[in-house]
Amino acid sequence: MKRRAFLGTAALLGASSVTRAQKLLPAQDVGALVARITGGAVPERGGIEVELPPIAENGNSVPFRVRVPSPMSAADRVTALHVFAERNPRPLVAAFHFGPGAAKADVATRIRLAVEQKVTVLASLSGGRWRLVERPVLVTAAACIDEGV
Amino acid sequence: MAIARLQVPATARAGEAVEVRLLVQHPMETGFRREADGRAVPMNVVNRLSVTYGGEEVFRAEMGSGIAANPYLAFWIVAKSSGEVVVEWVDDKGDKGRVAQPIAVS
Amino acid sequence: MRAFAVLAGLVVLGAAAAEPSRPSPLKPGPDFQSADVRALQADDFANPGMLWVAKGRDRFRAKGANGRRCADCHGEEGEALRGAATRFPKHDGALGRVTDLAGRIDACDRRHRGGAGLARESDALLELETFVANLSRGMALAVSPEGSARGAWEKGRDLYFTRIGQLNLACTHCHDARWGRTLLAEPISQGHPTGWPAYRLEWQAVGSLHRRLRACFFGVRAEQPAAGSDELVALELYLATRAKGLPVEAPGVRR
Repeated sequence: MKRRAFLGTAALLGASSVTRAQKLLPAQDVGALVARITGGAVPERGGIEVELPPIAENGNSVPFRVRVPSPMSAADRVTALHVFAERNPRPLVAAFHFGPGAAKADVATRIRLAVEQKVTVLASLSGGRWRLVERPVLVTAAACIDEGV
Repeated sequence: MAIARLQVPATARAGEAVEVRLLVQHPMETGFRREADGRAVPMNVVNRLSVTYGGEEVFRAEMGSGIAANPYLAFWIVAKSSGEVVVEWVDDKGDKGRVAQPIAVS
Repeated sequence: MRAFAVLAGLVVLGAAAAEPSRPSPLKPGPDFQSADVRALQADDFANPGMLWVAKGRDRFRAKGANGRRCADCHGEEGEALRGAATRFPKHDGALGRVTDLAGRIDACDRRHRGGAGLARESDALLELETFVANLSRGMALAVSPEGSARGAWEKGRDLYFTRIGQLNLACTHCHDARWGRTLLAEPISQGHPTGWPAYRLEWQAVGSLHRRLRACFFGVRAEQPAAGSDELVALELYLATRAKGLPVEAPGVRR
């Protein structure tokens, strides 16, 4: 309740700048980027655990962790994770590839988020399987377009 | 001279999943930042980082300007045999880096 | 209201013991950061500021212009400097003025390593400063406003209570009267200097307290004093006495 009121006030105060930022950085078509990677195959929704704060205090460094439960055996494994931020100036954030010696499909890092947006994770699994999830994140101080003092 | 820190458990049992943590000092310049005189600082990020252990690549990260400055990565490898976990990377300028830590597997 | 009471109290005290306005309860910077930022500061491996500590250690052991190393006097791990950062800013006899830790390191480089000095916010000075401050991590700030530091302390105190900039605000209006409340979606801290040098997410690098103070001046649309200037050293001295007893956190992490 308190948080919603605070967000409402913050939105009011920052309303004009958020709109301007969203105009400067419209959401790009992550679907097309995903299709290019999957070769047109439609990924199954779900099956990926994404850890992202609901509000990122500073878009310059947002803690991010992705986990896909998997036996990581030769027959049944995750081969790669692709991360997209639809409103970043460059939507493809990173691709993580797991070799045969990888114990888990589990990566933690810190990403940059320009503005409030959806983060998309595409997992490629053995046997031509694909999975996809999306997570919304609010960002109070923008990366990429906001110069710090 | 950029530096990096690599954390690998000193010892492990064969077959055990061990966590590897890495922190590389690198500005990961987006190309959108401007100097005081208005000139854009050119883009320069660690674009490819590869982890080798037991003679093969166990993990690879292809990164862009969407990864935060001073990139941090944590991932998991299977402890197989005693040896070195070696991390190598290259940035857009072509500058290379390398850091390694030994692991004793019983 | 609180600020008025504090000011009135100061007038009454007059030329008595130098007592800064201390918020109650005293809360260090991390209390006003998000859980993620707090966790990052507490993680000695992942805290990006520790990269600067590591580089600072290398510089500490590297030869200066005359072949001497900081480590020659202060120990390979800087053992002799444990606790030093808790006492700055303080008056330096040779310089004839109050100086902060960065100024003292610069003076040491000139005096004992034959150096030409270390520029403010340069990698060289920041890395050394972060390394030396880190040696005092966990130790309570114990800066004295008395004696030869008194003049600078009063100057810092006066600056702390003076309205500045187009927004016409004094430090006290936010950091005494409104700490804990939100400003532009961020909680206002009590303005303590204990976390510095800090890795600031906004800068994506480690920066000094003076860089952060300059950002404060920018925030109220005031002219920014130079890093290392008398005003900022005096203000830092006042802030340090205001934060007396809080532990040094360097390298801090801030948003």
